[in-house]
Parts: sequence; structure tokens; C-alpha cells
Amino acid sequence: MKAKESSLGGFVKALPKNMFSGLVVSLIALPLGLGLAMASEAPPIAGVITAIVGGVIVSILGGSFVTISGPGNGLVGVVLIAITTLGLTATYAAIICSGIVLIILGFLRLGKLADYFPSSAIQGMLAAIGLIILGKQFHIMLGNKIVRDSGIDYLLEIPNTIITVFQFEDKGLIYAALAGVISLAIMVFYSKIRNKYLQLIPAPMWIVIVSVGFSYYYQLVLKSPNPISLDYMIPAIPDIRTIVTEIPSPDFKMVGSLSFWSSVVALTLIASIESLLSIKAVDKLDVDKRRSNVNKDIKALGLATVVSGFLGGLNVVTVIARSSVNVNNGGSNRSSNMFHALFLVVFILLFSSELTRIPLSALMAILVYTGYKLASPVIVRKIFTIGKEQLLIFFATLLVTLKVGLISGIVAGLIATFIIHVFVTKSLGLFIKNILKPNVLMYKEEDGSYFVSVKHFCSFLNFNTLKANLEAIPESNDVIIDFSLCGFVDHSVMESVDDYQELFHKKGGNIEVIGLDILGAESKHPFALRRLLPLQKILPDNKTKRQKNLSLVADNFDLSYNPVKKSDSEFLEGFIYFETKKIEHIFNELTEKNGQYRSFDVTFSEGEFIAKEVVRTTMLFIKTSKIIPAFTLDKEGLLERLYALAGYEDIDFKSHKDFSNRFYLRGENPKEIKDFFTNELVRFFESNAYYHLESNKEGVLICNKERIASIKEIKALLDFGIRLNKLINNT
Amino acid sequence: MLIHVGESSEEKLNTFLSFLNPFKDQGLEFEVSFKAGDPVEVILSTTKEKKVDLLIIGALKKENFVKYYLGSIARKITRKATCSILLLINPSKERVSCNHIVVNGLKDPKTEETVTTAFFVGHKLGASKVTVVEEISDDEVSVKVDDDKSLRKSTIVKERLRIREEMRVKAILKTIPGELTKDIVIKSQPIFGKRGYSIGHYAQVARADLLVMNAPSKMTFWDRLFPHDIEHILTELPTDVLIVQ
Repeated sequence: MKAKESSLGGFVKALPKNMFSGLVVSLIALPLGLGLAMASEAPPIAGVITAIVGGVIVSILGGSFVTISGPGNGLVGVVLIAITTLGLTATYAAIICSGIVLIILGFLRLGKLADYFPSSAIQGMLAAIGLIILGKQFHIMLGNKIVRDSGIDYLLEIPNTIITVFQFEDKGLIYAALAGVISLAIMVFYSKIRNKYLQLIPAPMWIVIVSVGFSYYYQLVLKSPNPISLDYMIPAIPDIRTIVTEIPSPDFKMVGSLSFWSSVVALTLIASIESLLSIKAVDKLDVDKRRSNVNKDIKALGLATVVSGFLGGLNVVTVIARSSVNVNNGGSNRSSNMFHALFLVVFILLFSSELTRIPLSALMAILVYTGYKLASPVIVRKIFTIGKEQLLIFFATLLVTLKVGLISGIVAGLIATFIIHVFVTKSLGLFIKNILKPNVLMYKEEDGSYFVSVKHFCSFLNFNTLKANLEAIPESNDVIIDFSLCGFVDHSVMESVDDYQELFHKKGGNIEVIGLDILGAESKHPFALRRLLPLQKILPDNKTKRQKNLSLVADNFDLSYNPVKKSDSEFLEGFIYFETKKIEHIFNELTEKNGQYRSFDVTFSEGEFIAKEVVRTTMLFIKTSKIIPAFTLDKEGLLERLYALAGYEDIDFKSHKDFSNRFYLRGENPKEIKDFFTNELVRFFESNAYYHLESNKEGVLICNKERIASIKEIKALLDFGIRLNKLINNT
Repeated sequence: MLIHVGESSEEKLNTFLSFLNPFKDQGLEFEVSFKAGDPVEVILSTTKEKKVDLLIIGALKKENFVKYYLGSIARKITRKATCSILLLINPSKERVSCNHIVVNGLKDPKTEETVTTAFFVGHKLGASKVTVVEEISDDEVSVKVDDDKSLRKSTIVKERLRIREEMRVKAILKTIPGELTKDIVIKSQPIFGKRGYSIGHYAQVARADLLVMNAPSKMTFWDRLFPHDIEHILTELPTDVLIVQ
């Protein structure tokens, strides 16, 4: 058992790394916490309290590994409604009750509540929440506070606000609007700039740094008061003593009322859905590919919510953006969540007065961006490509949520989905007759692989039976899922099966889906049909100038050129570079005739949600003829020294001082690596341009900047690669 | 013996005789019985009266909604009959060769006889393969899968159960006379799933030609509302089914 041996020693060894990532996460959690709380019309400190309580409790009792907990985006809409209808103190009581309900759900093993909702409906609901956040905060971001009745009214006012901004007379308001616009620009453009020093601090923290710096500039250099109107500054943040002594007492007087319990239900529903979606997404990012114990996590989140409610905080949920930042910065166990909470405590202790220097409009820009990301047109387009009927479900949910409320919205989504399913299959009986049947058969075949056969229909209504069966299979096995006895498979199922395929693939197993083609041929199966479409092809006569030049380069170097997007990127597995990144596709591939080396453009994404960055870059891959040790080789810079402090080791050569000083080399097996780096190879690296180099034992990956290379750069890369190939493979 | 429910008439008798006469040469004795009344009652009483060993009835592959709860004739008989029953889902003049027989290997006193019958039928019909399916209810796997650790645990528990079940089936197989099992490939397949349902599903997936099952214990209306064991198979007959009493 490998896991046991490394438990304590490994934990201690990983502590510095987790502390580092906890710090980075706390940098994003602080402004987000303040902003999310203010957007819900709770006192700003409530968000930070939520994050601290969540971080401490969930890191101790939780069942997931690299997730971060704190105040959630999705809950803003619900808390906002709760506070406006119930008042603040009664809302705390509702939060406590929803925490208790969550704990009960955890014990009843109903943590997987979100599985029973069709994915398009969930998307629609999240988009509606996004629009509620965006609609409300947009006005504050531009220095035009207004009060309207419903989410839709706020959205309709947006053009008015933009016109109003250009008519501002008050200088304070103009500065507030400017702060908002600049902050929004930072959020939008941050992910486009790939600079590792800039990226070390998350975008929301940059906003805080810039605005606090701006305020100090006015105070210390210009010796004049901050020009931003006082209404648009964060209201005073109590220092730690006041927080402790003045804990608001929750008001349980409204427990008997219907509106109280509908708030509790909404809070619980959204909290569990948001947490589950996040846990699922973060598990995919986990470098160690561990499986989270969802029910244990839900229990911990519930307990944290109860405590948070008593201390004047909001619902604790698992949050996706912060968790992905955690993974990207090397967080490897729950201690990073704890450290994130501890750093927040430190920030509040030291800087609580500085935080009032942040303009409200700047903080709301972060939320506007968050809201936009939840309801972004990209999501709508993605749903449209899956099927028009999915779009119908999406908009039905979205509109009802905006117009009536969250619970009605999700119910509308459920009903819409079911009606569409009945309509598509033209059979109500198929669903009614078979819904309670255990329609999934799973058995282990003699060769050790698993066979799963699904009968009748498989949709969000009964996906849990298939899911339970898939969950019970160790992920390193081969699985065949046979849908040929199924009359109908819906989009939610296809999407989840796709997720499982990815998961199994990562852990060395494989899921093959068969029997769908029959359904497609019967043409009563639009969802499956669309899922099976191959990747979009680029028309040959539609080449860009770069692609034309690339084919010239191919002729020049005697390589074959393929511009088409491919999703098959198996040869990139095992590279540390891609450990926390999701490869979308590779394209513009130049391959040597024997397949010995190839250069290609690759699109991958890093992080999730507002912390998501999509990157396109050019790389070169050399297949090695024999197994070589795994290593990474980088230019030695400030960051690498910092990494070394955080527990990454640099391998130095005594006989090659120059090389050791200039390059940062690391790997699991220093001895083998030292043997591999012969004098010849070291001299080769010393005398050539810098590249990031990495080996996964079977191949070497070479890249330089995190962007698409120009033709000249590709030539240089190819030249470097060809010579390195000669050196490594002795050809 | 052929049971016809309805008034006796010369015309009907002639039709039956024209069906049956070809078999007469093969040494088959038969008797045609006419009786009026409720089909279920009549057939059941006749089987009792004449001490029938095997009742053969044709059945619909799937029932519609109303029939499901009221029960078709075939199913009513199946539920109440005291003799073994063979349900044919698509009777045909040309005999469809019976290659693969699936038989249940439940932990039940009746199982031994059922398995022996399956091999007897298989031997007579020239089947090439008999699969004994042991259904293991999920409740027996006491470990719930939550994370990697519990998954490992449940996999171990399942492996243990699988071995236990296979041992049990092997013991049963040993008691079967050798002449019945020769020329037949024997496979044993443990399945984790809902009892009674999985075997039907398996028979369908494995393209079995005949499914041999234990006769059910007494059933009430509630068993039909909350189906279990054989009821699942009766609602959607995957293949021809032989129920051994």
C-alpha cells in the first residue's frame, strides 16, 4: 500500500507547497469574500468569516483533497433574496438550518442530489444566478446605485446606467466608475497576459493592490483625500476584536413561516449543487487523481455552514475558481484549505483598516466578471451545439429563475426536460413503466473487464443506477457500456459518461461506449448523435497565411503537415507541464516521416471558472528510442528559487557550474538524471537557446513561450529538436 | 394433452388433430380436453386433475400497462401453477435450435434440482453452453463506495463473495450426472445486482435461448407492485423461460 507509507512523511513534506498555494488562494479569497458578501447585502466581513470557518472545518473533516471552501457565487442570488425578505438575523438562522439539512443529507448519503437534475437545467439556473449578480452589481461598478424589484429590471436598466455615466457631474462618481472599469479590464485581460511574475498574484488581488496603492498615492504623495466618492468605498471593516465580541445572534422567530423554509430549501439546494459541481470538476484537476468522498464533504460543509451561521457568516460551499487556483499552485492536500483560512485571519488581523481603501466599484467589477462568466455566451453556444432542445431547457430554466425564483426555475427545468424527452421518444410509457426498474446490469467478464448493459432508457431520472454501478468499478479497469438495449439516452447521461471516460482514462482504465450508433441510425436520438460527431474539420482551402507557411516549412524540413484539429493527445500524458492543465486539442502538426519527432500547436486550459485561462502554444515532441529518466529542465530564475524554497529540489552538477547556475533541473530520481546528462548533452544545453524541456520517460517535450510560435521560431525549435534528437537517440 | 378453453366442437377438434397427427407417428400420445370457463381456472384445475408434469404456454414478450397490474392469462397461470411451466415467447413451426441455456444459481433449496433440470433439457436439446448465474444482492456487499479506500474494500469483499458463490455452484455441478454435462460448456457468472432482474437482463445480453428458473414462493398483489425475483422476468420475458417446480 503506497498510500499508507507516504501518509505522514509525505504530508509534512508537502506542507511548504500547500502553505504557498494556501497563500495564493487567500489572495483571491479575500477580495472575493468581501465582494460576494456585499453583493448578497450582508456585511462584507461575513464573506471572510465564511471562508475562514469553511477552511478550518472542511480541511479537518472534509472528504475531498484539493478543494477550497468559502462563500459561493451561486449562493449570492439566494442569500440576497433571503436577506431582503427575512432580514439579516433571520437569514443567519436560515443558513444554520440549511447547514443542518446538509448534514442530514450527508448522513442519508443523498449528497449526490445534483445528479437528479438535468445538466442543461443546472446550466440555465447558474446562468440566471450569473445574470442576477451581473445585473445588480453592474450599476454599482459604474457608480450608479439603484434599487429595483427583480433581477430582470436590473438587467433592463443597464443601458440607462451606461448613459448616466457619461453625464456624471460629480467627480467622486466619475472616479468610482473609472475604478470599476479599470478593475473589470484587469479581470478580463489578466488571463491574456502570460507572465509568471504577474500571474503569481491573482487578478482580484491586483485590483486590491492597485486600488490601495492609488489611495495611498493620494494620501502620501498628493496629500489630498481619495477622490472616489465615499459612498463607493467599502464600509468600515471591524477589527478582529469587534468581530469576536459582536457576533450577531441569529433570529429564529420566523422558523414557522413558509418564506423562511423556502429560503432554507433554496440555500441547501444551491449549496449542494454548487459544491458537487465544484468537487466533480476539481477531482478532474487533481494531480494524484484521488476520489473525493462526497457525502463526507457534504457533512463537513454542513457543519461549517452551521458554525459560520452562528458566527455571522454565510453558507460554506466548495468553490471552483479558488480550488483550481489551489491546484495550479501546487496544493496537494487539505492543509492548503486550512492555510488559506489562516492567511485570511492574518490579513484581517493586520490589514483590516487598509481594506476600507478599496473602492466598492472595483470590488463589484470582480463580481460583474464572475456573473458574466456564469452566463457567458460561450455556454449558450456550447449548449446550442449539443441540441436545440437543450437550449429550450436552458432558457426555460433561466427565464423562470429570473422572473419567479430559484426553486421554481429548477422545477421548470425539470419539467421542460421531461416533456422534451417524452416528445422526442414519442412515448410516455417508456418512462413511466421503467423508471423504478433496476435497468443496469453490470458483471465482470472472465477476462477481468467489466460489462455494463443499460436497458429501457437512461436519463437524469434514473442515471443514479448507472452511476452507482460505474462508481463501484475500480478506475484502472476496462469497461464496456452497452446502450443497445436502451431506447433513449439523454444529454445529461452522455455528458456524465464522458466525464467517467476521462476519469478512467486518467487512471489507466478505459470506458468504451457501444450500441449508440443503432440509436443514432433510428434517428430518434438527437443527443447521442450530436455527441458522436467528429471534431470540426478545417477546410483545406481555408488555410491561414501561417498554415500556408507551415506547409512550406514542412516541405523544407521534409516533414508531413496536418492542419486538422485532433483531440487525440495521448503522447502528452505523463508530462508534469500538463498535470494541472486540460488539453483541448492539438493542431498544425508537423511530423517526421518515421514519427520520431513532431511539432504542433496545442490548445489547453488552466484553472476553472473565473480563474480559467485558455492558452495556445507551440511545442515539439521527441520520441525516445529507450526509456529515459523523467525530469524537467528550466531556465533558473527568481521563481524557480522560490519554488526550491517551497520544496522543489534543484539537481546540481559539481562538474558543470555554469549549467547548474543557469538551469533549474528537477526530477524524482537525481542519480539516473545525472547519469543521463552526459557532458555532451550538458554542453549542448549550455550552448543553445533556452527552452523549457521535460521528459516523461518515453519522450521529450520542448516548448518556449506560452503562445503560438512564429514561423521563424518554429524553424528554430525544429532545428533545436532535430539536433537534440540526434544526441538523445544517437541517430 | 392439449387444453382448449371453450365449447367442444367437431370443427375445432379436426383442426387440432391436423396439427397433432404428424407427431402421432413419432410415438406421441395425446389427449384433447375441452372445457368452458375462466381460462386461468380451467387450465389450473385441469393440470391438477390430470397431474400434468409440464405446462407449455405462449406468452407476450412485453405487457402493456393495464395488463401488467391485472395480469395476463399466461402470467396468472405462472403465478399459481403447481407444475413446471415453459413459457414460449415466439413459438415457431421451425424449431429454433437451443444453444445457450442460462440457469439461476440462487442460494435456495430448489436450485439444485433446477440446475439439474437445466442440464437435462440442455442435454436433450443439444445445447452447447450452460451458464449458471449467481445473483448477489448489493445488500450483501456491506461496504458502500465513497472514495478510493472504500472502493478498494468493496472490491475485496466482492471478490470474496464471488469466490464463495462459485464454490457453491461448483458443489452443485458436481452432483449432476456426468452424461448430462458432457459436450456442454459450463460457465459460471456471478452478478452483483437486483435479484431476479439481473438474470433476465443477462439472458438477454448473452443471447440465451432458454432461461431456467426456480419456481417462486407464494406471491401477493404487493409483489407485483414492488416487483422482485421472478416478477421482473415475467414483465419482460427476455427469452423462453422454463420454471421448474
